[in-house]
Amino acid sequence: MSDNDADAASVPSIDRVSGAGIPVRGNDIDTDQIIPARFMKVVTFDGLGEFAFFDKRFDDQDNQKEHPFNERRFQDASVLVVNANFGCGSSREHAPQALMRWGIDAIVGESFAEIFAGNCLALGIPTVTADEETVTELQTVIGDHPDTEITVNVEAETVAYENEADDRTVDVAVDPAQRTALVDGIWDTTALMKSNAQATEATAADLPYVQ
Amino acid sequence: MSRGTLYDKVWDRHTVTTLPNGQNQLFVGLHLIHEVTSPQAFGMLRERDIEVARPDLTHATVDHIVPTADQSRPLGDDAAEEMMSELERNVREAGIEFDDPTTGNQGIVHVIGPEQGLTQPGMTIVCGDSHTSTHGAFGALAFGIGTSQIRDVLATQTIAMEKQRVRQIRVTGELEEHVGAKDIILTIIRELGTDGGVGHVYEYAGEAIEALDMEGRMSICNMSIEGGARAGYVNPDETTYEWLRDTEAFADTSDHEDDPERFEELKPYWESIKSDDDAEYDDVVEIDGSAIEPSVTWGTTPGQVVGVTEPIPDPAELPEAKRETARRAQEHMRVEPGETMNGYEIDVAFLGSCTNARLSDLRAAASFVEGRTVHPDVRAMVVPGSQRVKAAAEAEGLDQVFTDAGFDWRSAGCSMCLGMNEDQLEGDEASASSSNRNFVGRQGSKDGRTVLMSPVMVVAAAVTGEVTDVRTLSEVTVA
Ligand code: SF4
Repeated sequence: MSDNDADAASVPSIDRVSGAGIPVRGNDIDTDQIIPARFMKVVTFDGLGEFAFFDKRFDDQDNQKEHPFNERRFQDASVLVVNANFGCGSSREHAPQALMRWGIDAIVGESFAEIFAGNCLALGIPTVTADEETVTELQTVIGDHPDTEITVNVEAETVAYENEADDRTVDVAVDPAQRTALVDGIWDTTALMKSNAQATEATAADLPYVQ
Repeated sequence: MSRGTLYDKVWDRHTVTTLPNGQNQLFVGLHLIHEVTSPQAFGMLRERDIEVARPDLTHATVDHIVPTADQSRPLGDDAAEEMMSELERNVREAGIEFDDPTTGNQGIVHVIGPEQGLTQPGMTIVCGDSHTSTHGAFGALAFGIGTSQIRDVLATQTIAMEKQRVRQIRVTGELEEHVGAKDIILTIIRELGTDGGVGHVYEYAGEAIEALDMEGRMSICNMSIEGGARAGYVNPDETTYEWLRDTEAFADTSDHEDDPERFEELKPYWESIKSDDDAEYDDVVEIDGSAIEPSVTWGTTPGQVVGVTEPIPDPAELPEAKRETARRAQEHMRVEPGETMNGYEIDVAFLGSCTNARLSDLRAAASFVEGRTVHPDVRAMVVPGSQRVKAAAEAEGLDQVFTDAGFDWRSAGCSMCLGMNEDQLEGDEASASSSNRNFVGRQGSKDGRTVLMSPVMVVAAAVTGEVTDVRTLSEVTVA
């Protein structure tokens, strides 16, 4: 057995994510909106969750504005539903970190900025896509029934949603590389590479300068 | 595909395995950390209950946020103090050596590695900072990494990477007097573009490179990143070995008697990783070193460069894709096509940064300062790259030369290179700067104007109050 197998279970396979949904409507929502730059002069990602969409949620006097992230009925949501080109702008990893720490485990959208999707993958957050009609419909359903149970099935490339009025499954697309990484549990490079500890030691032992 | 280059050899020697996603897992020989990019990575480790794999191969310093005047604790800026304390906690818990300012070893991360002999040929070196490419001057494979990669390295001492292409840049001929490493790299970026190196590692070679001292090679490798390359290197040679012999890693000191032996032990490895004479490159570019003038930037990217006596280009005559940025840059800098940069008025002279704040940079600059004074309208500062550079310069009396002329003599740090501490441009001030980036806002003011140049050119600008061809300095009447 190679040391590769020994620890492989330490990267969880993410073949599906279930939970309540939250819609954030609008195209081209950039990383500055997701997490304003001034919250980046910090030493950990720890408290970032409360700053997700901060300037969209609060005015200059810190009064709440209208935003789904402020609404009580969405507070337990874990599936974010967005529109086109979500996460464009800077490459800051703070953006998906803020969403994850707020409670988001998966995002359904019309499309995503590439670097943002890559950063999400590094955290094990699937970013699955569907056409405008499907996404808008899903946003409406969640708005009408916040208790809708949503299941993002990464492996089958579907999103199922169920409430007292509806029980439906729609097709979505998952980038093939992302799908493999999530389903095979190879999305977390830290855990993946940690499982090669023995081979790492062997490589180091062969380097004359490493003592 | 390249074959037999230093890059190929070091890559192969450090490859642990190929990962399922197709990337290589690469062993990291030296991980340098500083206060700005490491804390989130330590936080993620803590969350997952993972320990630092090789604290012995990790080395910390503080550079970006340290004040260069009053360094007493707590630091005046709360956010800076928090970053400093967090780094202290992280290195203490993990058992990582930390060159804090009380040790006398603190400095810009890319200055302290080489001066302590931590940086050696044939190593893989990473740091959460793009100018890690500097260490390539020693024949190391060195590159900057992002936050999740820092986490990977802390947790595993390895990194996931794709192999890059290798371009050899041969700088031929002999440099003219007063033309140096900074002028070479500015010229390279001008020729190949700020994105010319994307997907590439640069190997710098040719007589003009071989003739440079280690400091000069570091200045060149440092700005590989401004040329779009993730890393750059020079093959190790006698110049490299001479530098290494003088560092405490290998010098014959009473408490480290074995070190010269260690040098002899490692030398065969260093020799073995040099590019072969018949190495194959993805491409080779040649640049005539003897034709290079003292060079300066006229715009807001490090590729917008002219020789100091050369006319600033007309955007209309540039390739289509570059016109709009050139126009905007000229508007911001307030320069006109057809003019030269010679005579461009400056308000600030900044001699510092990981590009040009080593002892030989300060020596060269000081030799032009003697007998002259800073122009009355200019605020001029020297920020040594490290506490050791500062001490060595003071031992030679260089501080006196600078302060007598009216320069501010500061403590080591990144300072006005990026204005993360209190050293910043104000309003639309123009600065003659020995650093590496002239982006809008880089030096702390969004209206500030930065002109990049060599250390001796910074001195020439400081004493005349305007961008000045250092070759004519002896003829210039000074204020
Ligand atoms: S001196 Fe400037 S370029 Fe160098 S590490 Fe500091 S901020 Fe970065």
